[in-house]
Amino acid sequence: MLKYIISRLLTFVPTFLGVTLISFAFIRVLPGDPIIVMAGERGLTDERYAELSAQFGFDRPIYAQFWDYFTGVLQGDLGQSFVTKRPVWDEFFTLFPATLELSICAMIFAVALGLPAGVIAAVHRGKFFDRALMSTALVGYSMPIFWWALLLIIVFSGNLQWTPVSGRIDLIYYFPDPTGFMLIDSLTSGQKGAFGSAVRHLVLPTIVLGTIPLAVIARQTRSAMLEVLGEDYIRTARAKGLSSGRINGIHALRNALIPVITVIGLSVGTLLAGAILTETIFSWPGIGKWMVDSIFRRDYPVVQGGLLLIAVMVMIVNLTVDMLYGVINPKIRKS
Amino acid sequence: MSQIRKSTLLATAFALIASAATAQSLVYCSEGSPEGFDPALYTSGTTFDASSHPIYNRLVEFKVGTTEVIPGLAESWEVSEDGLTVTFNLRQGVKFHANDMFTPSRDLNAEDVIFSFDRQGNPDNPYNTVSGGTWEYYGGMSMPDLIESIEAPDDYTVVFTLTRPEAPFIANMAMDFASIVSKEYADAMMDAGTPEMVNQAPIGTGPFVFQAYQKDAVIRYLRNDDYWGDPARVESLIFAITPDASVRYQKVQAGECHVTAYPNPADIQAMKDDPEIVVMEQEGLNVGYLAYNTLVAPYDNPKVRKALNMAIDKQAIIDVVFQGSGQIAKNPIPPTMWSYNDAIVDDPYDPEAAKAMLAEEGITELDMKIWAMPVQRPYNPNARRMAELMQEDFAQIGVNVEIVSYEWGEYLSRSRALDRDGAVLLGWTGDNGDPDNFLAVLLGCDGLENSNRANWCHQPFEDLIQQAKVLPTQEERQPLYEEAQVIFKDQAPWATIAHSVVYMTMRPEVDGYVVHPLGGHIFNQVGLK
Repeated sequence: MLKYIISRLLTFVPTFLGVTLISFAFIRVLPGDPIIVMAGERGLTDERYAELSAQFGFDRPIYAQFWDYFTGVLQGDLGQSFVTKRPVWDEFFTLFPATLELSICAMIFAVALGLPAGVIAAVHRGKFFDRALMSTALVGYSMPIFWWALLLIIVFSGNLQWTPVSGRIDLIYYFPDPTGFMLIDSLTSGQKGAFGSAVRHLVLPTIVLGTIPLAVIARQTRSAMLEVLGEDYIRTARAKGLSSGRINGIHALRNALIPVITVIGLSVGTLLAGAILTETIFSWPGIGKWMVDSIFRRDYPVVQGGLLLIAVMVMIVNLTVDMLYGVINPKIRKS
Repeated sequence: MSQIRKSTLLATAFALIASAATAQSLVYCSEGSPEGFDPALYTSGTTFDASSHPIYNRLVEFKVGTTEVIPGLAESWEVSEDGLTVTFNLRQGVKFHANDMFTPSRDLNAEDVIFSFDRQGNPDNPYNTVSGGTWEYYGGMSMPDLIESIEAPDDYTVVFTLTRPEAPFIANMAMDFASIVSKEYADAMMDAGTPEMVNQAPIGTGPFVFQAYQKDAVIRYLRNDDYWGDPARVESLIFAITPDASVRYQKVQAGECHVTAYPNPADIQAMKDDPEIVVMEQEGLNVGYLAYNTLVAPYDNPKVRKALNMAIDKQAIIDVVFQGSGQIAKNPIPPTMWSYNDAIVDDPYDPEAAKAMLAEEGITELDMKIWAMPVQRPYNPNARRMAELMQEDFAQIGVNVEIVSYEWGEYLSRSRALDRDGAVLLGWTGDNGDPDNFLAVLLGCDGLENSNRANWCHQPFEDLIQQAKVLPTQEERQPLYEEAQVIFKDQAPWATIAHSVVYMTMRPEVDGYVVHPLGGHIFNQVGLK
C-alpha cells in the first residue's frame, strides 16, 4: 500500500509543474491588459502606463516573469493581488474554508440521497419508482443552478420564510473564526442560537450545489448496481437463500461502489464549478466568486495562484479517491 | 503584542460588537466587496462606500444630496487672487479613531493633511509603494502636475501652491482620494513592520469606526461617539455583501437588510408596488454616448455627424436598453450638474431629414462600424442591444452598420487610436460634480489618444473650457460652459444618448436617506424609525 501511495504521489510532480505553467499562461493568453482594465474609461498616459508596467514587472521578458512566479511558488509565495494588494495565499485561505464547508455539505447531501435512491431504483428496475426517480434525476441534472437557486429562495425564504435568503449566519452573531468553518466556529463561540443560524443558512446553498452531483450519483449507482445484480455470484447468493437486503446492501453495493466513488471524486471539480454561481447567488464568501472577479479584472496573481491551489486540492481529492479504491477492493490494494 | 493580550482585546471587541449588533444597527446590502479601506489606493464606488464615506473625512465635503462643496476638516479656505495659492484653515479638536493596535496621542493637524497627499505624490515617501500604491485618482486628476508644494505654516493651516490656477481644485479636495489619514497611525504601523494595516485596519476621523471585515461577507462599523460633526444616528452600521441583484431584492423584502442599491430594472415596478419597500430615484451623474472618430472621413464633417444623430431613435433605446430607467441625453453633461444648458434643443428624430442631409453631403450609401462595449455600466446597461437598435435606425437612412466588440481591456485600448475605424459606444460617470470633469476630460484637446474618444479638438470649444477652468467663481464659469455646450451640439462629435436613473430601495422604517448625485451611498445621517 505504501508503495502504491508513493507511486501516486510521484505523479503529482509533473502534474504540478504542468499546472503551474498552464495557470501562468492561461490568464496571459486572454486578451486584455490589466493596467488598461484598471484605468477604465479614464484611461492613462503612455508614461503612466510605462511606470505601472515596470511596477508590476510586465516590462520584463515573459520567461523571466514565469521564473519569478515559479521560484515564488516553490517558496510558498504566490504574489499579491493587483486589486486588493493582499497576498494571494492569505486571500485563498481566508475564503477556502467557506467553499470547502459548502462543498462537503453538498457532497454529503448528494451521497446520502443519491446512493440509496440509485440502489432502490436498480432493485425496482422498470417500475414506477425507478422511472420517477430517474426522470427527476434528469431534471435535477439539467437544472440551471441560477434559476434553481432563485426559485428556492423565492419559495422557502420569500414566501414560506423558513430559511434566510443569503449569507452564512445572522448578522447579530459575530465571533472569532479560527477555523473559518462556520458550523465549527458557531459551535465553539458559545453564542446561543449561532449554530442553528449557521445550519439554516447552509440549507438552500447545500441543496442547490448538491443537486447536480445528486443526480449524477443516483444515475451512476443505479447503472452500476444493475450491472452487478446480473452477475453470477449474485444469482448464487440468491439461490443460497440470502435475504434480498443482504444481497443488495452488502454483496451488490460494495462492488457497485467503485464506479460510484470515481464519480464522486470527479464531482469535486463540478462542485467547484457550481460553487461559482451558488456562491454569487447566496452571497457565500468562497473562492468561486473570488476567481471569477479576478478573471474579469485580469488580476494575474490571483488567477494563476488560485488556479494552482484549486488544482492541488483536486489532485489531493483524487489521490484520496484512489486510496479508497484500495480500501474497498482488495484486488487493487494487492496489485 | 503578546498573543494572549491580542486575543483578550479581540474577545472584548467581539463582545462589544455582538452587543451593538443587537442594538440599533443599520444593514446595507452592498453589491460587492471593497478592494481595501484606503480610498486613495482605489477607484471603485463600492470601495468608497465602505471606506471614505463612513470612516474618513476630507478637507472639504460634498453636501450629501448635492454637488455643493461645504467645509469638512477645513473650517474655511481662501484662494489667492492669482489662483495659485489655496489656504485651508483646519478644524481644531478633531479626534482620530482608535483600534487594538493604535490609540492616537493627538488631534488631527496639518501633518496629517500633508502626509495624506505627500504619500501619493512623492516617490520618496515611505508609504508611496506600500500596498502596491498606484494612486490612480491622484494621477488621474492631474495632481502631480498641479500641486507645486504643500506647506504648513502652523499646526492648523495648510497651504497648497499650484502650478496654474484651477477652479475645480477645491471640488477635487472633496473627492475620495483626498481623504485624510492619520500620519501618527501610519508611522506606528511602519515602525511595527505592518504598514499595510493602514489599508486593512483603517483609522480615520469619520462618523463610523471600522470594526471588522470578513472578506466577501460582512463589514462592521460602530458609531464614532467623538465625531466632530453631527454624530451618526445608528449605533452600528453593517454592510452585508450581496452581489446578486435578485437576492438583494429578496433580502430587503424579507427584512434582512434595510437599504440596498442597484436593483434589476425589471424588478423596479414590482418594488414600487410593494408596500414594504420604498423606492427612491435620481438622475445619475453620468452620460452614455456614441463617439464618432472626427478625424476620419466622412465623420470629420459635422453635417454628417448631425445627420446620423437625427437617425437615432433615442426613446426606443431608453425603453428597450434602459427599460425605462434612463432619460434621453441632449448635452454631454447630466441635468443635475450646474451649468447644464437646458435651453439647448436636442436633434429631432427624423430619418427622412437625416437621409436628405446625408444626400446633400453626397452620401447615399455608407458602411460604418459601431463598437459595442462588452461590459455593463450604469450609463449603458446593454451596449450590444443598443448597437443593434442603432443598426436598424441607420439602415433606414442607407447606412450599413457592422457591430464590433472586443474584450474590455482591448476595447478601451483600441478605441483610443486616432485612426480608429468606427464610432464607439462609451460613457462616463462624474467624479467631482464639476463640468470640467466631463467637458475637459472627454472633449478637451489634452484628452486626445486617451479619454477623448471622438478625437475631437475644436479650438473655439477648447478656448472656452480652458478659460472656464481658471476663473475663480461658479457664476463666472457658468456662462462659458453653457456656451461650450452650444458649440458641442452644433459640432456633434458624439451622439449623446442617455443619462441613467439611479434607484435606491429601502425598508419603510429607514429615515433620512438621501440619494447622492455623485453616486456614493452615505449613511452618516440615516436612522431607523
